[in-house]
Amino acid sequence: MLNFSTWKILVIVFICAFGTAMAVPNLLPRETAETLPDWIPHKQINLGLDLQGGSHLLMEVEVDSVLKESLNSLVDEIRTAFRKVRIGYTGLGVQGTGATVKLTNPSDLEEARALIRNVDKQLEIETTESGQITVHWSESAMRERTKAIVDQSIEIVGRRVDETGTREPTIQREGEDRILIQLPGVKDPERIKQLLGKTAKLTFHLVDSGASAADAQAGHVPPGDVLLPGLEKDAERGLPAAYVLKKRVVVGGERLTDAQPTVEQGRPVVSFRFDTAGGKRFGDATRDNVGHQLAIVLDGKVISAPVIREPILGGSGIISGNFTTEEVTDLALLLRAGALPAPLTVLEERSVGPSLGEDSIRAGKIACAVGFAAVVIFMAVVYGLFGVIADIALLINLVLLLGFLSLLQATLTLPGIAGIVLTMGMAVDANVLIYERIREEVRAGRTPFSAIGTGFERAIATIIDSNLTTFIAAALLYIFGSGPVRGFAVTLTIGLMTSMFTAVMVTRLMVVQWLVRTRPKALPV
Amino acid sequence: MTWKWLHIVPPDTRFDFIGKRRWSLGLSIALFVISIVSLAVQGLNFGIDFKGGILIEVRMEPPPNMADLRGKLNALNLGEVSLQEFGAPNDILIRVQASDETEKEQNRIIGAVKDALGEGVDFRRTEFVGPKVGAELVQAGMLAILFSLIGISIYVWFRFEWQFGLGAMISTIHDIVTTVGLFSLFQLEFNLTTVAAVLTVAGYSVNDTVVIYDRIRENMRKYKKLPITELINRSNNETLSRSVITHLTTLLAVLALLVFGGEVIRGFSIAMVWGIFVGAYSSVFVAVPILVYFNLRPDQPPPGSEPAAAREAA
Repeated sequence: MLNFSTWKILVIVFICAFGTAMAVPNLLPRETAETLPDWIPHKQINLGLDLQGGSHLLMEVEVDSVLKESLNSLVDEIRTAFRKVRIGYTGLGVQGTGATVKLTNPSDLEEARALIRNVDKQLEIETTESGQITVHWSESAMRERTKAIVDQSIEIVGRRVDETGTREPTIQREGEDRILIQLPGVKDPERIKQLLGKTAKLTFHLVDSGASAADAQAGHVPPGDVLLPGLEKDAERGLPAAYVLKKRVVVGGERLTDAQPTVEQGRPVVSFRFDTAGGKRFGDATRDNVGHQLAIVLDGKVISAPVIREPILGGSGIISGNFTTEEVTDLALLLRAGALPAPLTVLEERSVGPSLGEDSIRAGKIACAVGFAAVVIFMAVVYGLFGVIADIALLINLVLLLGFLSLLQATLTLPGIAGIVLTMGMAVDANVLIYERIREEVRAGRTPFSAIGTGFERAIATIIDSNLTTFIAAALLYIFGSGPVRGFAVTLTIGLMTSMFTAVMVTRLMVVQWLVRTRPKALPV
Repeated sequence: MTWKWLHIVPPDTRFDFIGKRRWSLGLSIALFVISIVSLAVQGLNFGIDFKGGILIEVRMEPPPNMADLRGKLNALNLGEVSLQEFGAPNDILIRVQASDETEKEQNRIIGAVKDALGEGVDFRRTEFVGPKVGAELVQAGMLAILFSLIGISIYVWFRFEWQFGLGAMISTIHDIVTTVGLFSLFQLEFNLTTVAAVLTVAGYSVNDTVVIYDRIRENMRKYKKLPITELINRSNNETLSRSVITHLTTLLAVLALLVFGGEVIRGFSIAMVWGIFVGAYSSVFVAVPILVYFNLRPDQPPPGSEPAAAREAA
């Protein structure tokens, strides 16, 4: 127990030096640390959003609404296909993750099956002798669809966040249909939530001039048409509250290559540009429909329906409407970033302003310093020189803890700082266990060498046993905890490991050095 | 310079922990029952982490008139709004109770509150937890506590004997219930960091328990003939100095946290300070004495009403 081979001493010294080197960059201002060359340690501890300020948003992609839409369109497509070849049917409708229909004449079964197969290859089709057909997407197909929707949402969210100029955002999938967005340093999370709260699906439709909105509102929507509301604030100004539009989309927002806020005739508008295909479709439609109204639909609402005065052939145009400057800026941004495939809902938000973050860091530092000083003084008073040795070990422990936090780029949160303070109190426990054991061994009549040797030996098993229970609690906190609480689990766990190392290795090394040098006749227990 | 070590606990204490076990277990049962009754009657003061809702922390210069502020916010018709001073007269916590609408409307509600407070207000913190996430966090918190209880018991059982596992389990339940009970009794806010504190208390307390159990196991090998009550008393006394010193150092650190750590983690600090007392008490007075009832040495008859150690006690 008392012999340290040279290589063992070297390993201990190396670990301490390595940890210290990793911790040192934290003493520098962040800007300086970032300019350090790669070959020297330059990573600083990653501060959590609760310390550096910023916004944490957990959003849910409403996949169900899209899936429901695709089920409805599946039913529509089956209906169209059957009608085209005059297959008789009853009871066509959505069922579960698919559709169901009963053929009037069971002999049409094979033809019907082929038609459905044509609608979507991924559909699983079940039929009965009596002409009942149920089709549905397999679970894996549904999962793929969900994944595609969420993936696309993440991409669009990323583009929108980038457009706002947020630095270093983190956007990642969480679970099956959630997106976790971390925005360090964001001061106005409301604006970002507002931007993410819109799907921004833009489409151009021709207005059906032959149908009246009043009739449609009474339930008589002509086939191939759709009734959509106008903006509420437009209705207040005497514009129509609703429009009857051709269902067919002239051209959609996915064809846009650019959109910018601008001013025309003193009013804020959005100018846009289509890609080649979109520009051609837009040109054709405006050429063929001069004098008709073209409705601009955003998220199911008609934002304006200007009359086409002349063909618009250049592939670019403007969206005018009753906008404020801010609204056109946002609209242009949304159109540039693209439409979300599904609406997003905010499930959780945690935003911390810079002033609270700074206060928390300051409070954490003071608590650390006071806690450290109190423990250090206490140990020195109780154990004298051995207490000072424990204090040096505690200091090394703290440096190692900071070093490893920097190395692993673990996130330090406010509860994480609490974990560090707690670790300081608990870290000396290992020293206390060892010293008390030494005290007992001396009392039992052992010589200093023998007492210290046995003391370390017997205490180590206890130290490992007792630390492992705390480790179990910390591990479960990490697994079940979220955000800041995880930070606590991380510092507590790393602190446990570094404290075991410093108490068992570093303290022992120092005590043994002292013992060999002074060769005391008795220990001051 | 090898100045003498201090004896915080005098050497060779012979405190009769086992003889006093009826008192200590009685006190524990009383604390336990008070906690359970409080939890049943008034429940916990859940923070928005678990209940769902909106929390906004603002700093206003000069300190606002609370009644005016309350009137201003109530005029917005956002449902149940509560105000609370947070550490200083110019730091205010605004809470908006969650309703079915909150999830869809949260951005509008936050915006309305911010508009109503006007310019020159420092919005230090904005939190929103929807009912869905709130329910998930409750579930995760309960699972974490449950699994740590099971994990710790199994670990102690594997490393020792089943009796020790059971003892650790009972004392851990005792610690968890009385700590949660404290939050119920004084209606302190119970949130995510409180759960972290409860788990830490559980781990910390068992840490202490394991040290004494370790000694009991060692002494069982060493003193094969010693009556079990005496053996447990002896082990408890031998480790008493270590227990006291360790609890004192941890207490010093946690007190620093309580006094200087700030309002945001006050709940955590309170739970930890309490937890150190509970942990210290439960290891010595619950986890260890209860072993007497579990027949540690099957070959020895269980102790009678007159424990041998009682005669020896000072």
